[in-house]
Amino acid sequence: MDFLQLIISGLANGCVYGLIALGFVLIYKATEAVNFAQGDFMMLGAFVCIGFTNHEYMGLSFWIAVPLSILVMGVLGYLFNWGILRHMFGQSQTSIVILTIAMGFIIRFFAGAIWSHEPTSLETPFAGQDIRSGGLVLGIDEVLIVVVTAILTLAFYLFFSRTRIGLAMQAASQNQLAAYYMGIPVKRIHSLVWGLSGMVAAVAGILFASKGAIDPSTGLLGIKAFAAAAIGGFGSLPGALLGGLIIGLVEPLASRYGPPGVSQIAPYAILLLILIFRPGGIFSQTQRKKV
Amino acid sequence: MRFVFKTSYDADISLFKHRAQAVWYGLLLLLVLATPLYFVAIGDAYLLGEITGMLILAIAGMGLMLLTGHTGLPSLGHATFMALGCYLNINLLGAGVPWVIAFPLSGLIAGLLGTMIALPVLRLHGVYLALATLAMSMLTGDFVVIAEPWTGGIAGAAVPDINIFGMEINRYSTPYKFYYLVLFVAIMIVWFYRNLLRTPTGRSFTAIRDSEISARAMGINLTQTKALSFFLSATAAGLAGALFGHSAGYVTNETFDLVMSITLLLMIVIGGLGFIHGAFFGAIVVGIIPVAIANGRTFLATTFDVNINVPGLESALFAFILVCFILFEPMGLYGRWLKIRTYFELFPFYRKDMFKRQKSYLKTDRIQ
Repeated sequence: MDFLQLIISGLANGCVYGLIALGFVLIYKATEAVNFAQGDFMMLGAFVCIGFTNHEYMGLSFWIAVPLSILVMGVLGYLFNWGILRHMFGQSQTSIVILTIAMGFIIRFFAGAIWSHEPTSLETPFAGQDIRSGGLVLGIDEVLIVVVTAILTLAFYLFFSRTRIGLAMQAASQNQLAAYYMGIPVKRIHSLVWGLSGMVAAVAGILFASKGAIDPSTGLLGIKAFAAAAIGGFGSLPGALLGGLIIGLVEPLASRYGPPGVSQIAPYAILLLILIFRPGGIFSQTQRKKV
Repeated sequence: MRFVFKTSYDADISLFKHRAQAVWYGLLLLLVLATPLYFVAIGDAYLLGEITGMLILAIAGMGLMLLTGHTGLPSLGHATFMALGCYLNINLLGAGVPWVIAFPLSGLIAGLLGTMIALPVLRLHGVYLALATLAMSMLTGDFVVIAEPWTGGIAGAAVPDINIFGMEINRYSTPYKFYYLVLFVAIMIVWFYRNLLRTPTGRSFTAIRDSEISARAMGINLTQTKALSFFLSATAAGLAGALFGHSAGYVTNETFDLVMSITLLLMIVIGGLGFIHGAFFGAIVVGIIPVAIANGRTFLATTFDVNINVPGLESALFAFILVCFILFEPMGLYGRWLKIRTYFELFPFYRKDMFKRQKSYLKTDRIQ
């Protein structure tokens, strides 16, 4: 029972990692850039929702605040691309990496200045409620995380493979110039993807904050999500989710059964090992450029 | 306008383009040699300590510049190599090795270990390499704790004083000697770096940065050259780490953290990616920001009675400056200076787009 309980809380954590990783993968798939600030986007999304919901701030109803904060984050993501990243179009990936790292610092600063550095949790209507069946105690928040994540992943998978705009996004990533020739508005597509990943970040943040407390430095969690995305090969949506689940499961199991200190190291060690032995991830999509 | 007439092939790769340039660098050398005199005169060596700190950062920055600016490999884990150099230096000194041998040796071993760590990830490029080095950086603190017998773990380790043939050098009791020591190391590295860039090896670094595929077509062994670049880069970072240890006096598992790695990277971008000068300009900016913020705070508090005490302001301001640089001056401070200089050198003929970089359209290397 104890083991099962660990597995379930690990799964819930893993889903949050998976959702952050989903945000990376969305952006990477469509714009070939990696957003090192995705973890901070997640943190910002959580704080925006806290700002709408919690009684010491605006005190709106939870069910109004959630779509509102998802919308706000989507707009922020779109504006971030429109205002900043679009001007970087055609420059090296390294400068985009550095730019997003710097944006992460700025977001962390503003979140700290607006909502303080105290750990805060989101006031949800289902806080503290749980489902009991045969000695197993499941928090509603944990179940909700798993369900929402599964739905989102499926929806994005279908979006990329079935809809016109999803295909346009893939095309824009495969070859920007060719996509331009085919009449795809590459820049607007990029902004849309950023908006979309802002929304995913908001969902991840809301789920994270409803499960436990969040503070501005939580954004660093994003690095664990990198491990998740790398396991999945960075270009695969189900891969990102699987990677998140693996990382989420390894952490509690390592801290329970492994020697002390291992659970902190494990996610990064997995990331390194994956990059060394299978750089393309489990669902490898990379192809070596040859002369 | 100046015309440089080249009368031999050597003129293309000479250290100085023309005599005036050599004179200017000579003057700069005199200036940095004479700087301590000013502090002797005012009798307060606090700022000299700050300048020494900037020089140490610049040494680490040059290491990263070689890797990122000249070979095109981003690294988010250079603090790891600094940590390696620092702890190796402490342990070698503790084992009774004289500083003159322990210091270069700790740099070399840090370089070798760095290359061993980096070899498997060198096959990766761009974003993947950044991720691998990021993971490395996250693990550094944990490994310092695990390797407690050598590193002192969480409690930290004190760094012994420098002893060169009986001459004791300590950051606080003999700041002038420490400054000259760091300056000497920095100048030696600049000299080596500048010469390296003139050699075929240095040229192959740049070739890899500009296009891996064409570098390979020209017969450059990618893995070997990248590994060499990593080795040299990690060595410089290791040396800087050893000096940093002497300057800090005490190092713990939190000294060489992710923030330091990121600071190094941001530093060389602000300074100007791809120029040796950039490492120094960046180090100056990084060194000045905290002092400027502290002074600004006191100024606001004393004159307007406004107390600004927001945690994280420093890194946010730093990040903001960086974003502005990447957006408006991607060539960094040195690039800006280069543009101004070119403007005056070519006076009526400077065009706006002379330094414009060619845009490249991305193609994925994934199969979809």
